[in-house]
Amino acid sequence: MSDEIKTPEQLEAEKAAKVQAAAEARAARAAAKAAAEAEAAEATPKEPSPQQPILDRLVAIVNEQVGSDIIVESYINEMDAHIPTLVVKADNWAALAPILKNHEELQLEYLRNLSGVDRETHMECVYYLINLTNKQNYAIKVTTDRDNAIIPSVTPVWATAEWNEREVFDLLGIQFPGHPNMKRIMLTDDWVGHPLRKDYVQIDSEV
Amino acid sequence: MLRTEELLLNVGPQHPSTHGVFRIVLKIDGEIIKEATPVIGYLHRGTEKLAENLNYTQIIPYTDRMDYVSAMTNNYALVNSVEKMMQLEIPERAEFLRLIVMELQRIASHLVWFGTYLLDIGAMSPFLYAFRDRETIINLFNELCGARLTYFYMRVGGVKWDAPEGWIEKVKNFLPEMRRNLDEYHELVSGNEIFLARVKGIGKYDAQTAINFGLSGANLRSTGVKWDLRKDQPYSIYDRFEFDVATHPDGDCWSRYVVRMEEIKQSIRILEQAVEQFPAEGEIMGKVPRVIRPAEGEVYAGIESPRGEIGVHIVSKGKAEPYRLKFRRPSFTNLQILEKLLVGENITNMVTILGGIDIVLGEVDG
Repeated sequence: MSDEIKTPEQLEAEKAAKVQAAAEARAARAAAKAAAEAEAAEATPKEPSPQQPILDRLVAIVNEQVGSDIIVESYINEMDAHIPTLVVKADNWAALAPILKNHEELQLEYLRNLSGVDRETHMECVYYLINLTNKQNYAIKVTTDRDNAIIPSVTPVWATAEWNEREVFDLLGIQFPGHPNMKRIMLTDDWVGHPLRKDYVQIDSEV
Repeated sequence: MLRTEELLLNVGPQHPSTHGVFRIVLKIDGEIIKEATPVIGYLHRGTEKLAENLNYTQIIPYTDRMDYVSAMTNNYALVNSVEKMMQLEIPERAEFLRLIVMELQRIASHLVWFGTYLLDIGAMSPFLYAFRDRETIINLFNELCGARLTYFYMRVGGVKWDAPEGWIEKVKNFLPEMRRNLDEYHELVSGNEIFLARVKGIGKYDAQTAINFGLSGANLRSTGVKWDLRKDQPYSIYDRFEFDVATHPDGDCWSRYVVRMEEIKQSIRILEQAVEQFPAEGEIMGKVPRVIRPAEGEVYAGIESPRGEIGVHIVSKGKAEPYRLKFRRPSFTNLQILEKLLVGENITNMVTILGGIDIVLGEVDG
């Protein structure tokens, strides 16, 4: 009888069957989509980004002015309006920063944003720079070890970095040698740990 | 000879001229400031840490509480970054509603600044005039989304509430009134000799310094730099409207006053065009997945808030919560120049200079 009241076990079994069916359908859809995408990608080779020449020029300038072995990676971040992105090691950052600011073709004198990111395998600072005249944006990522996180300070290059670096130190524990006043800025001086680190444990659960 | 000695003077964190909980330790010799050490963080609530455990829609109300004088633009800064990541299409009507509330917010925010700045300097009555007009805007917002300060109005993909019947008419009627009142402000304040004596030539810096310190908004434009993200990196539908970027060459407190007053006028201009072109009907939410889950990657997008460039940098790992979310907060960045400006100044100018930067402490401390 169809209007018979179902036992909890029956309901449970029915629910499990539905979940199973939904999961299978999802998996099938995802597989079909992935296959279609792969096919499409094969059929049409990806067009180079309009920003590619700008990235190539940046790489050439860096190789020529600072050294040919300092760029770890360079790519176009398509998601972020094709912004040219460089990845460099912290050791080379002190030499690179003034070049970015003063080179006559770049003149990146405006530091828009400075963020620290805990990548779990390493620490990273992202510098978003812009040339106010030709409105060209760049992102520079500087990577450092997680246990001994040190990135040279760029406060002498861009004054705006001063508080930003203090904030990154406060919340992520990256040290910035060369900074005029390396102290915590948001939290109290006796705070233990750096809250935005992924392994941060609150010392006082009441806070 | 009179014996003088240096004195440490602690201003704040509870002091009316700081507009919030901001502390500054001054070393003064007579009336001249020798050293100034700003102390911030009293209002730090760890928004970025909290955001790592919230989904994107849940983060929007936290942006209301950062710059609580300009919550609409903060809302937009966040949803704009997420939309950039997901490449969402926003319906026309939603874009217009967003633009209208953001420009109204700019006027309201500048009015708060105008009123309280004059109050700081010692003129009591402009505050009452400014808050009269701000009240009209706040009432419009209240009608739209049921809140006076913390709106939670925008969503990823559109806005939460459509304009009620007759709301656009009300905005339309407000604009000529605001134009008239702006002239009244100029008549009351802009030619006042005491005011001019207090602001002209005070807190001066040049364009090079402003760029080096990463200043934005009126603090940058007051040095003659024509940089406004609404014009230079257009977002939303700003490229459809005619308006001028207000600048002034002097780089002092007077320049910042002139720029902000001119910006009110330009916002009225944008609004006049926007209410004329407002689409009669349409959707207010785009096609957005039920769970907002941007693909793995990262994005930074900045917009022009009344205080300068507010940006959101999101690192996503393809989850419903951001892996890392960082706010580029204009008040925080702009405030850095204070220390430099105060050294060598007379102590009476401290309030003038601090007020001229236009900070909101909720945003400074994040």
